[in-house]
Amino acid sequence: MDVLMLSRLQFAAATMFHFLFVPLTLGLSVLIACMETAYVRTGNKTYQKMAKFWGKIFLVNFALGVVTGITLEFQFGTNWSRYSSFVGDIFGSLLAIEATAAFFLESTFIGVWHFGWEKLSAKAHAIVAWLIALASNLSAIWILLANGFMQDPTGYIIRNGRAELTDFIAVLTNPFGWYQFFHVIPGALCLGGFFVMGVAAWHLLRESNVEFFQKSFAIGAGVALVFSVFTAVEGHFHGNHMSQVQPAKLAAMESHWETQRNAPLYLLVIPGEDGNLVEALPIPGALSFLAYNDVNAEVKGLNDIPKEDRPPIVLTFLGFRIMVGIGTVLPMLALFGWVMRNKIKQYPLYLKILPWCIPLPYIAMQAGWVLAEVGRQPWIVYGLMRTSDAVSPVTTGTVAFSFILMCLLYTLLGAAGIWLMVRLAKKGPEDHTPIQVKAA
Amino acid sequence: MMETFVETGTVHYYLAVTWFILWGVLWAVYFILDGFDLGAGTLHPFLAKTEEEKRAILNATGPFWDGNEVWLITAGGVTFAAFPYAYAQMFSGLYTALWLLLFALIVRGVSFEFRSKVESVAWRKTWDICHAVGSFLPALLLGVAFANIFRGLPLDETGFSQAGLFGLLNPYGLAGGVLFVIIFVMHGALWLCIRTTGDLRGRAENVAVKLWPVQVVLTVLFLAYTAVETQLFSNFFLYPALFVILALPVAGLVLMRVYMGARKWWMAWGASCMYIGGTTMFGVAGIFPAIIPSNPNPGNSLTIMNSASSPLTLSIMLGVVLVFLPVIIGYQFWAYKTFATPMGEGDIHY
Ligand code: HDD
Ligand code: HEM
Ligand code: HEM
Repeated sequence: MDVLMLSRLQFAAATMFHFLFVPLTLGLSVLIACMETAYVRTGNKTYQKMAKFWGKIFLVNFALGVVTGITLEFQFGTNWSRYSSFVGDIFGSLLAIEATAAFFLESTFIGVWHFGWEKLSAKAHAIVAWLIALASNLSAIWILLANGFMQDPTGYIIRNGRAELTDFIAVLTNPFGWYQFFHVIPGALCLGGFFVMGVAAWHLLRESNVEFFQKSFAIGAGVALVFSVFTAVEGHFHGNHMSQVQPAKLAAMESHWETQRNAPLYLLVIPGEDGNLVEALPIPGALSFLAYNDVNAEVKGLNDIPKEDRPPIVLTFLGFRIMVGIGTVLPMLALFGWVMRNKIKQYPLYLKILPWCIPLPYIAMQAGWVLAEVGRQPWIVYGLMRTSDAVSPVTTGTVAFSFILMCLLYTLLGAAGIWLMVRLAKKGPEDHTPIQVKAA
Repeated sequence: MMETFVETGTVHYYLAVTWFILWGVLWAVYFILDGFDLGAGTLHPFLAKTEEEKRAILNATGPFWDGNEVWLITAGGVTFAAFPYAYAQMFSGLYTALWLLLFALIVRGVSFEFRSKVESVAWRKTWDICHAVGSFLPALLLGVAFANIFRGLPLDETGFSQAGLFGLLNPYGLAGGVLFVIIFVMHGALWLCIRTTGDLRGRAENVAVKLWPVQVVLTVLFLAYTAVETQLFSNFFLYPALFVILALPVAGLVLMRVYMGARKWWMAWGASCMYIGGTTMFGVAGIFPAIIPSNPNPGNSLTIMNSASSPLTLSIMLGVVLVFLPVIIGYQFWAYKTFATPMGEGDIHY
């Protein structure tokens, strides 16, 4: 394996691992802030207990999100030094702004939040919770604008052998980044909702802390319903925009080979890198409609895209199908939960299924990123720089070393972290004083 | 071949110089802030005898370590934004050292959160080890990396360094590593004097008092070694006013001892901050206008002239920093004021 392939694998593994924890941070931070606000407004202790219980799980998740983020930031330099030199003028500033505007706020106040239960008033504590939620979501804006630049570069000129910034406003208003933002954040809230519903369902089935978890369940279900619908609807417009700027990604995600007007959407496709193995159950004009909101629009096929400009087709295709498949199921699940929220204990089958649904939004998120990033290939900056021209002049052994060590470490930490979160979730809200242990 | 983007005397040049200074200041603040929690973590296995004391050390730095580490992220991000070539070459050239630093910081970061959540001796021991190693290794690696930068890396004509991890472990690099470890441990010990109580604090005081002469001797030796091994002093002889910077670490060392004697731990810690900031700025002033000097071919150095971003990016970033930095300093100061008190029962959360 060469340096390029190893670096790609390493970057993919590192970002996907980071994004295992990011969405829960984004979603749950908002939910916790709402619970604390409810406590301040009503004085009902249950809400405070809620914030503490979900907050404990949140902190474990947050720690893993933080430590895996640093790797990513430095990886641009270690593994993609040619890329960093080429776009640093624009891309680097977005990362630096993310750190100054968001990470400081987030990381300083997470300490305040964690250690401030006794030292701050309930109101001040709730404000801190909102600051954390705000900062997390703010960080998403900057990183997604950075990613938006890679997907659809704007506001630059090629000068001095690199991309130099000419129009900062154009970079800040890049529609691609904002479409991503309004897709990822609701997706994360939806994930947070399902997380809360799933854990609550587990406890409701076991009759533990019924009032507490019924309340939690209702909050989770409401959030999950609203945002699963939002995510899916926004996804459609996101796709429209993407189809215009990245026709190759559109063709790959649908595994669409022949350029044609009134292009059909095949419900059953078995894709291959050189043509589909199976195509069945067409819906006439549906692809043209989904991509361009017009059943007669022409959709470019892979056969008209030179092979060296095509992304990997099977992965991109699977990324899209898996995400949309899950995106169709989630609103239905959430709708049922929300409508029946007050008598949800009468539906044990549903409660049994729900904990197993916690992974679904996670899988959808990962699949979505695979679609966005693998589908962008072979470009690292769309149309401007190829991934193969971006990699650092380091040796294979060097990257292999970091890659193997990283995978080992992440597997261990990930397993430990998830185990801890499951444990905390199952334990329930009873015990929130620090565990006392006798000296060994 | 490295192109020169920046002409001396232009607005672009002054922007780049401003950013060079800010770049140095960010690293200095990072060392000052993360220095004490890395130092306290390094001391963890040596100072804490009981379970309560082990937790006390973690909680003494607990509310702050994450906010402190963001200074590293910002220093890295600012290098990327203001001097992209230097960022690209520094990070790819120091590849393995950097990944080891990251692994150490990762393991240390989660150890805070994980350690006390499970009542198993083996589990806690594991994370105690992770915490100590994950605190010690960054101190060492940062010292090695910065000593090598002060000395100059073997850059080729594209600005890339093939030094590798073992190339960095030359005597001067190692001396820098040892110095950093000692500085951070001292800084951490003083912090524990501020926040802990009882026996633990007694032991921390003892460490600080005993370590002080070591730090003085090492500092003097390192300065002498620097004069022999690096070009750092040439800027100082060119602009003798710069020697004022050296007054900071010297005064810091003296004041540390004075306040330690008077048992004014906050003041002693402040003096240690002064020492760390001064030492960092001494090195930074010495390498100007290079960000990464090349040794042995100074012509291949990555300087503000061949590494800086466009004037537009530098100005926008300057605006951003001028707005946000005071705000950040404000709320971090508040957080320290609220939480950096001698710890009681209610302060144990990790
Ligand atoms: C849509 C959201 C999103 C995306 C796409 C990314 N991140 Fe992230 N990142 C976050 C959302 C986030 C967050 C929610 O703000 C985190 C997660 C947990 C946390 O503590 O903050 C975070 C933490 C985090 C940290 C640690 C900050 C701290 O110490 O507080 C760094 C350095 C990065 N990220 C860097 C990156 C880079 C370089 C990415 C791109 C490759 C990236 N993140 C993708
Ligand atoms: C956090 C969610 C993300 C996930 C799960 C993700 C996933 C991936 C994957 C799977 C790849 C490998 C693609 C391939 O080589 O075939 C990749 C590459 C890459 N992504 Fe992302 N990505 C995420 C966010 C981002 C963001 C926000 C940025 C930039 C701001 C980014 C920048 C890159 C870069 C520079 C590469 C390496 C070069 C390349 O292979 O094109 N990613 N990512
Ligand atoms: C069924 C409705 C959905 C549609 C039509 C849809 C559409 C899309 C499209 C077209 C992209 C790729 C855009 C690009 O290349 O950047 C995308 C990406 C993504 N999707 Fe979806 N999506 C849906 C549901 C979901 C759900 C339910 C989730 C998660 C809970 C999700 C999470 C993501 C993520 C994280 C990305 C990558 C980031 C981005 O590009 O915005 N999607 N989605």
